[in-house]
Amino acid sequence: MTAAERTMRLLIIEDDRESADYLAKAFREVGHIADHAADGEEGLAMAESGEYDVLVVDRMLPKRDGLSLIGALRDKGNTTPVLILSALGQVDDRIKGLRAGGDDYLPKPYSFAELLARVEVLSRRRGGPAEETLYRVGDLELDRLSHRVARGKDELTLQPREFRLLEYLMKHAGQVVTRTMLLENVWDYHFDPQTNVIDVHISRLRSKIDKGFERPLLHTIRGAGYMIRDGIR
Amino acid sequence: MTAFGKLVRTTAFRLTLVYLLLFAMFAASLLAYFAWNTRRLITEEITQTVNAETSEINEIYDRGGMVRLVRTIEYRALRPGANLYLVTTPTGQAIAGNVGSLAPGVMATRGWSETAYRRIEDSDDRDHRALVRVTELENGFRLLIGRDLAERRRLFGIVAKAAQFSVLIVVVLGLGGGIFVARRVLRRIDAMTGTAQRIMTGDLSERLPVGRSGDEIDRLAENLNAMLERIEALMAGLKEVSDNIAHDLKTPLTRLRNRAEEALAKSGCEADYRAALERTIEESDGLIRTFNALLMIARAESGQARGNMDDFDAAEVAEGIHELYEPLAEDDGMTLKVKCEPTPVHANRELISQALANLVENAIKYGKPAGTVVSMDARQITIEARRDGDQVLLSVTDRGPGIPEADRKHVIERFVRLEASRTLPGSGLGLSLASAVATLHGGELRLGDAHPGLVATLVLPARAGAGDRVAPPIPDVPQKVA
Repeated sequence: MTAAERTMRLLIIEDDRESADYLAKAFREVGHIADHAADGEEGLAMAESGEYDVLVVDRMLPKRDGLSLIGALRDKGNTTPVLILSALGQVDDRIKGLRAGGDDYLPKPYSFAELLARVEVLSRRRGGPAEETLYRVGDLELDRLSHRVARGKDELTLQPREFRLLEYLMKHAGQVVTRTMLLENVWDYHFDPQTNVIDVHISRLRSKIDKGFERPLLHTIRGAGYMIRDGIR
Repeated sequence: MTAFGKLVRTTAFRLTLVYLLLFAMFAASLLAYFAWNTRRLITEEITQTVNAETSEINEIYDRGGMVRLVRTIEYRALRPGANLYLVTTPTGQAIAGNVGSLAPGVMATRGWSETAYRRIEDSDDRDHRALVRVTELENGFRLLIGRDLAERRRLFGIVAKAAQFSVLIVVVLGLGGGIFVARRVLRRIDAMTGTAQRIMTGDLSERLPVGRSGDEIDRLAENLNAMLERIEALMAGLKEVSDNIAHDLKTPLTRLRNRAEEALAKSGCEADYRAALERTIEESDGLIRTFNALLMIARAESGQARGNMDDFDAAEVAEGIHELYEPLAEDDGMTLKVKCEPTPVHANRELISQALANLVENAIKYGKPAGTVVSMDARQITIEARRDGDQVLLSVTDRGPGIPEADRKHVIERFVRLEASRTLPGSGLGLSLASAVATLHGGELRLGDAHPGLVATLVLPARAGAGDRVAPPIPDVPQKVA
């Protein structure tokens, strides 16, 4: 795992000691600061007082459950992005979590790479500038208004879905985007396909934007997902 | 509770009591009406007779004076079954007639009255009753003409007796019938309760006794039996699932454990450890997927997912899945086509998408035709959304080897994988999920022969009344093709 480009302050609200320690340690290893709260009340108090970039909240907590904690935070005008972790992975549970004020929902068990990618996207969303109309990575340009994509001087023709895939990747340029995130955000499906269906779409996109160019922009991050960025950094 | 107490507490018995009361009241009021009318009729008849005779005798008096009157009275009084006659002086002394004694004051009041009396010739001491009319003659003499009421009383007595008797019969028959019906019902209910208790102690195969009369108790028993059938099927399903989970989850878990053990035992280099760990993660990911699929099936089967239903066009789902899988199919040397018409449904979009995705994945994995040289046409998979009456059909057709008819039912069951597919990756849950999703929506998963190939169809009920609202295509404007 590469070191984070920007340090985040995270609060992990999770009652299982071992999972919490594992998460905190893993976040620290990639260069973030992670605090831990063991129950809902403590978590709420810490989330209100501390300046956190993202809260990682377990759905089922002692003293105050995750959804009620988020509701209380939102009622007080606290807009810190929240990622909900839950053993309840079904569609309706996810909808419930998002409705309660959560920003993202990750069913257990999850891989740390998936969690990290999502947390980074959430923190960026908060601090980032307003939605731009023109994305640029290296010499690749995507105009969201005119739906024009160009690499250097070459105009590229993309299918509508390829355009949306590239748009999502470029919006999160420099960040790891997982397959599940793509499936959820580009296709709006929340199930887990048994096959490598996303990889095929990526390889098609790659053949359009990277083929024949010296510097590849669309990278596969092993064990995690994909990232678009200017090769030299 | 005593047997009698139990009997009294039955609904049948209580209803009988209510009916009994109603019938008794009905009989009583009928008889009362009859009695009252009879009495009125007899009174009327007496009144008429007495009136006629009074005016007749008055006429005689007018024509022949007191002497003629007395003579006529004496004569008439001697006739058998005669009326009552009495003529008195202004001082109240009887001068003619057959009345021995009267209730005091009767002669003093003119007009009609009912009175006790005795005839002169009566030997017994009994009082009789009569309806009499007293009129005054010119000179203060009074004339009484009346008629005995024994006839009226006798008739009234008959009616009263009939009333008593009929009420008694109604009560006896009603009570007897009530007890009989209640006991019959009670016996059947007791039999059902007994069976239900036996079922609760564990024997789910037992069924309630159903009679041949087809009455409400039989219908209840039939419905309860149908419920038991369903419970038994669910329990069997649950048992099968737990057995399968035990088998199909333990196998990869064992594999996982063995690999970890092997990696520990062998003193390998870091690369070996890394490879072993990577395979461990891969294996556990597979396990998680299987687990998720199982949960989802359980959820669909239990009907919990019914909450998230929307109105939408199933053709959109077909097109979405086509768009998602088209590149994958092409990479595999297949072509994925889609054919759509408006197919309105009320369903859980997420689940329908997943079910259709499973069918498409199966077609891509197993739908390749045998042999090496095959035409492009034989490598085609078609997704179709079609409306058939009040049903919406979402089908996936491939040109592969298909599934033998005998295996089709079997293959929908959880974890079932046909010999031919065992070497390919997969959990054996895809069709189970698709079937559970169809069932959840009140439809079914149909597997058929595409000659050659397999056609898997999700049959869903179309949204009621939506067919008319789909706007026809406007001919002047070119339709956009996705």
